[in-house]
Amino acid sequence: MVSRRDFFKITGTVAGTAALTAVGAEASAPHPKLDPDRFGVLTDTTLCIGCRRCEWACAEQNDLPHGDLESFGDTSVFDLMRRPDAESYTVVNRYSPPAGTDQPLDVKVQCLHCEHPACVSACIVGALVKSPQGPVIYDAWKCIGCRYCMIACPFQIPAYEYADPLTPRIMKCTMCSERTLAEGRPPACVEMCPPEALVFGRRSELLELAHRRIMENPDRYHPEVIGEHIAGGTSWLMITDRPAAEIDIPELSNESPAVITETIQHGIFKGFTGPLMLFGILGILMKSSSDKRKEKEDENG
Amino acid sequence: MADSMQHHKALPLAGNSAVPFFTPGVIVIAILAAAGVATLVVRLFLGLGAVTNFNDQYPWGIWIGIDVASGVALAAGGFTMAFIAHVMNNEKYHVLVRPALLTAAIGYTFVGLGVCVDLGRYYNIWHVMMPSMWQGNSALFEVGMCVMIYLTVLYIEFLPIVCERFIGRVNLPGVLGKMNGFLDGLLRVLDKTLARVMTFFIIAGVVLSCAHQSSLGTLMAIAPSKLSPLWHTPVLPLLFLLSAFAVGLAMAIFESVLASRSFKRPIEMHVLSPLARMIPLLLVVYFAAKVIDLVNRDAWPLLFEANFRALMFWIEIGVGVIIPTFLFLSHRLRRNPVWLFSSAAMVVFGVVLNRFNVFVTGYTPPYSEGQYFPAWTEVMLTVGMISLIVLLYRIWVFIFPVLPAEEEVEHA
Ligand code: SF4
Ligand code: SF4
Ligand code: SF4
Repeated sequence: MVSRRDFFKITGTVAGTAALTAVGAEASAPHPKLDPDRFGVLTDTTLCIGCRRCEWACAEQNDLPHGDLESFGDTSVFDLMRRPDAESYTVVNRYSPPAGTDQPLDVKVQCLHCEHPACVSACIVGALVKSPQGPVIYDAWKCIGCRYCMIACPFQIPAYEYADPLTPRIMKCTMCSERTLAEGRPPACVEMCPPEALVFGRRSELLELAHRRIMENPDRYHPEVIGEHIAGGTSWLMITDRPAAEIDIPELSNESPAVITETIQHGIFKGFTGPLMLFGILGILMKSSSDKRKEKEDENG
Repeated sequence: MADSMQHHKALPLAGNSAVPFFTPGVIVIAILAAAGVATLVVRLFLGLGAVTNFNDQYPWGIWIGIDVASGVALAAGGFTMAFIAHVMNNEKYHVLVRPALLTAAIGYTFVGLGVCVDLGRYYNIWHVMMPSMWQGNSALFEVGMCVMIYLTVLYIEFLPIVCERFIGRVNLPGVLGKMNGFLDGLLRVLDKTLARVMTFFIIAGVVLSCAHQSSLGTLMAIAPSKLSPLWHTPVLPLLFLLSAFAVGLAMAIFESVLASRSFKRPIEMHVLSPLARMIPLLLVVYFAAKVIDLVNRDAWPLLFEANFRALMFWIEIGVGVIIPTFLFLSHRLRRNPVWLFSSAAMVVFGVVLNRFNVFVTGYTPPYSEGQYFPAWTEVMLTVGMISLIVLLYRIWVFIFPVLPAEEEVEHA
C-alpha cells in the first residue's frame, strides 16, 4: 500500500521539517560563552557576624515582604536551619563555633549562580538564563510554572509562590542583576554587609583572593574554595573554616547535572538523526511486511 | 485507522448492544469524576498551595508521577498496537487497534490536561510552541513538543472512525438539511485523503512515541543527587522506553478484557493469548537492562537495605516484572481469561509503580523536612481524572464504531 515513491516523498518532507526544527532549537538554545571578566561574589563565612542585615537589604531591594531593620537583629531565628523561600532570597544560618573559640560560624545562603546551571538547562521555555556576565536571571513573563527548575537545581534553591493562584513566580536571588549588570554596582546585600564578609567583583579575581586568604591563614580556613569546581563551578564563591558538608553543602560531583541530560538530548536528537533513522526503518519494515502479505494473498486467491 | 486497513467491521454500541449506558458502577464513576472537577475548580481559584502538599522541597507530586508520567506510559498501547498491526501488517490484531487508539487519544488528552492543572501559569503553555522560546537542552521541552504533536497525530488517526460513523448518515434537521449532501461529500473526500496519508501518520506516531516515552525518563536524569540511586541512571530513557513497550501490550489486553466484561461481550481470547506471548520477551529485556545497570553503577547493595525505598523497588520488580513474566510464559495460563487479565494487570501496576517511584518515592531533596505525602485533594483530582477517562471511553464506544461487531467476535 505504500509505493516506494510515496515513501521517499514522505521521508523527504519529514527530513526537511526536522532539519528546520533542529536549526531553530540550536539557534535559541542558551549556550552563552561565559565572559572571562564575569562577575561573582565571595562569601567569607569566617568574617560574617550574623547581623542579618544582608537579609534586610535583599528584601528591600527586591520588594519582598519584610519588617524594619531592627527586626532583623532577632537572633532566635538561628534556632532553626532556614532555607531561602518565596519571601526571602537569602537567609543566614548559624553553626557551632570552631573548637576552642566561642565565635559561632554564620553562613549566608542564596543561589550560587552556577557556571553551567541545571535550572537553566531544565527550563522548558528559557525563562531562566545564565548571563555571560555571571547572574542567572529569571523572566516571569516566559515562565509556565512547571517547577522543573526546582527539580533540577542541585542546591535546592528556587522557591515557588504556591499560594498565588494566577501569577505564581519562581523566586530566587538575582545577584541583583538590575544593579550589577545595568550599573556595575555591587548587590544590595554586599553593599550592606558591615564586616565585608561579602565581596563583589570579577570571579577570576575573587578566586585568587579566596586562595590567597586560605594560603595566608591556613589555620583559619578549610583549604577549599566552595564553588570553584562543585557542580561545574559557581559564580558565587565561599570560603569557610570547615569542610563543605559541615555547613550543609550537598555532596555533588564536579560536573554540572545538566551535562547528563544535555548529552542524552543531543545524542538522540542532534540533527534529528535518531528519529529520522527510526522513521526510515519503520517505513521499510511496513513496506516489506505489506508486500509479503500481498504475495500471500495472491497465492491464496 | 484508514478503511483500506480496517478489514474487521466495528460498530458503535448504541443501537447495537443491549447494555445500557448507565449502570450503578458508571454512576459511582460519574460521582468521582464530579468530585475531581470540583477540586480542579478550587485549584483554579485558590492555587496549588490550597489543594496540594507540594512545597519548595517537593515541587512535584502525584499529579506528575501518576496523571502525567504513568498516563503517558499506559497510553503506550496506541503506538505498540499500531506497530504490531500496521507496521508489521499483522492482520489478526487489527481488532485491537481501534480500542487502543481510543485509549491513547483519551489518555493523552488527559495527560495534557494533567500537565495544565499542575502548571502554575497554565495560560502560558503556548510558549512551548513559540520558536523564540524553544529550549533544545530541556528534556521537558522535548516531552512537551512530542506529546503535543503526537496528540494531533492521534486525533488524525481517529478521524477515519468519525468519517465512517457519518458517511451516508449525515442527517441535519430543517434548513440545515440542504447541507447534507455537501457535508457527506466532504466527509468522503476527507476519508479518501486520510486513507492515502495514513501511512505517514502511523509511522510518525510510532517515532514520536518512542521519542517522548524515553524523554520522560531523561527528565529525572537531571537530578543525580536528588533521585535515589535505585532509580537514577543515565540510561533512564532506555528503561522508560523498554517498559513502555511491555506495558503497551499489557494495557491492550487489560482494557480489552475490561471492555468485554463491561459491555457483556465475549473476551477476545483468540487475539489476546497470542499477543500475551510477546510480553515475556519484552519484560526480560527490560529486566536485564535494569539489572545490568544496577550492577554497572554498583547500586545493587541498596536493594538489600531494609528501608521503604528498597521495598518499593522489590515490589516494582517482583510483582510488576518477574511474576508476570512467568505467568505469561505458561501456555495454559495465557489461555485462561482470569490469569491473562491478572498478569496484564501486574505489568500495568509495575510500570505505574516504577513511574511513581522515579518521580515521587525516589525523590530525596538534600534539605528535606519530612517526606512528601499527597493531600487528599490531590488524590481526589487524580481519581476524578481517571474516572473521567473511563466515562469518555464509554461515551465514545457508544457513539463511534470502535469495538468489533459482536457476530465477528463470536464466529472468529
Ligand atoms: S544554584 Fe540552583 S538556582 Fe542557582 S544557578 Fe545553580 S542551579 Fe540555578
Ligand atoms: S517553573 Fe518557570 S522558570 Fe522554572 S523551569 Fe518551569 S518555566 Fe522555567
Ligand atoms: S545578590 Fe541581591 S538578590 Fe541576591 S541575596 Fe544579595 S541582595 Fe538578594
